[in-house]
Amino acid sequence: MEPIVVNNNFKSEEYFINMGPQHPATHGVLRLLLTIDGEIIKKVEPDLGYIHRSIEKMCERDSYQQIVHLTDRMDYLSSNINNEAVCLAVENALQLEVPERVKVVRTIIGELTRIASHTLWWGVTGMDVGAFTTFFYGFRDREMINDIFEETCGARLTMNYNIPGGLMFDIHPNFVKRTKEFVAHFKTKLPEYDALLTNNVIFQHRTKGVGVLTKEDAISFGASGPVGRASGYSCDVRVHHPYSALDKVKFKEAIRTEGDTFARYKVRIQEMWESLSIIEQLIDNIPEGDHKVATNAVIKLPKGEFYQRVETARGELGVYIISTGTKNAHRVKFRSPGFSNLSLLNHISVGSKIGDLVAIMATLDLVIPDIDR
Amino acid sequence: MAWLNNSILEDMGYFSDIYQGIKSLLTGMSITGKYFLNFRKGSITQQYPENRETLKMFERFRGEVIMPHDENNEHRCTGCQACEIACPNGSIEIIWDRQLDEESGKKKKMIDKHIYHLGMCTMCGLCIEACPTDAIKWGQNFENSVYDRKYLDRVLNKPGSKLMKGVEE
Ligand code: SF4
Ligand code: SF4
Repeated sequence: MEPIVVNNNFKSEEYFINMGPQHPATHGVLRLLLTIDGEIIKKVEPDLGYIHRSIEKMCERDSYQQIVHLTDRMDYLSSNINNEAVCLAVENALQLEVPERVKVVRTIIGELTRIASHTLWWGVTGMDVGAFTTFFYGFRDREMINDIFEETCGARLTMNYNIPGGLMFDIHPNFVKRTKEFVAHFKTKLPEYDALLTNNVIFQHRTKGVGVLTKEDAISFGASGPVGRASGYSCDVRVHHPYSALDKVKFKEAIRTEGDTFARYKVRIQEMWESLSIIEQLIDNIPEGDHKVATNAVIKLPKGEFYQRVETARGELGVYIISTGTKNAHRVKFRSPGFSNLSLLNHISVGSKIGDLVAIMATLDLVIPDIDR
Repeated sequence: MAWLNNSILEDMGYFSDIYQGIKSLLTGMSITGKYFLNFRKGSITQQYPENRETLKMFERFRGEVIMPHDENNEHRCTGCQACEIACPNGSIEIIWDRQLDEESGKKKKMIDKHIYHLGMCTMCGLCIEACPTDAIKWGQNFENSVYDRKYLDRVLNKPGSKLMKGVEE
């Protein structure tokens, strides 16, 4: 009888698997084509376009007032800051000086938006690495900001509160009181965030040394926002090109040098503290005055090219408008932070495990409609 | 004896890791435990369908566009079409014709139907900003689910309604 020969020479083979477009860890309709060898990632290719709505094309069709509400739907977690970017671009082109009150309110609302976005990010990051509690705690604190927005703007997510020339309506009488309440409340809650997740041994093991991005790579990939700053790249638009009332406040740019997933996490926690301090510096002396300056019903930009950049919760958003002097833009281009930050995903995740990819994705903090537009 | 010292030192690191790990887990659990014991205080969960009677939206809440009518079934819409032009996505259609105005005896532009497609509306608020006579405003109703899409196309001016006097001046 022939002996049965057991072949022990297992040869591992690369294979190919889809992550998304409906994977909860991709936070939206992003499809990642993974080439893996066992658990080890060999290549990550993002496949985009599942939520493309041709916003840039629609901007060529719509009037300048109407463009603003489309930007709500790009990075919906920073909608107020996106609105501000378009409004600033149009105001710069028209050489329109908005009242001081508008500038201060825009800055406060922008920082509130940043905190709201970061609390949501904190919740889902915890959930991605297996800590479900953080999700509820993050949403609890975000709810207070949403209430502030709902009372003043009428909407919770897609605000459309900024208009070229100012704000759609004045802040609600309760705005200052509620914002102060929130700042006091959130100052007691942020240390809890640290105790719950930051110092947690499992979380630290999952994030430290994972997905390291060097400063040179951060610059060459065009990383911005917390992703760039965690690699030691000073790229905060609020510091380098202050807009609205940001030149009046003092704050420290949150920078770390490790460049790993944990550093990106810490940068965002630090940013929430800084945003709280910006709000505190401004909230007590919102100047009196009008909430908008009158613009023509039909806004016509002068002929030329206009660029405005702002710092959203995810990084640098650039709005580039080419005008031929008519009531519609000839071309509008958005430089979105998520797109550049996604481009480095392959670079930093090759060689790590699938579980690490989830942690890396969580701290890149991608919003998919921002990438697809 | 060197091997022993080394292994003891390594063991110490091993045990201190375990100690630190358990400590960090207990710190986290003490926070959740605190909330668990004080679950009534600071709970923000709303029992939504049960609290419908008491649930009040903020006054600026953008639920849907409505056209208020007074007790004489009169509204403030002149049919100027400013809202139709301001709307980014064609959610508003104004159907108007020239009707005989009884007082002046002249033919005047009058609104026939103010059609609002709630299903297409993005709640941007531009129409309400654009209206020169404040004829439309935000309604607080947010329970808009219907069984057929056609129920989302609404005629805002009520049947037989007229323009309020003194609006046009
Ligand atoms: S809220 Fe905006 S989208 Fe809705 S009807 Fe008015 S202008 Fe159109
Ligand atoms: S609702 Fe207002 S803006 Fe629209 S047609 Fe009537 S009066 Fe004009």
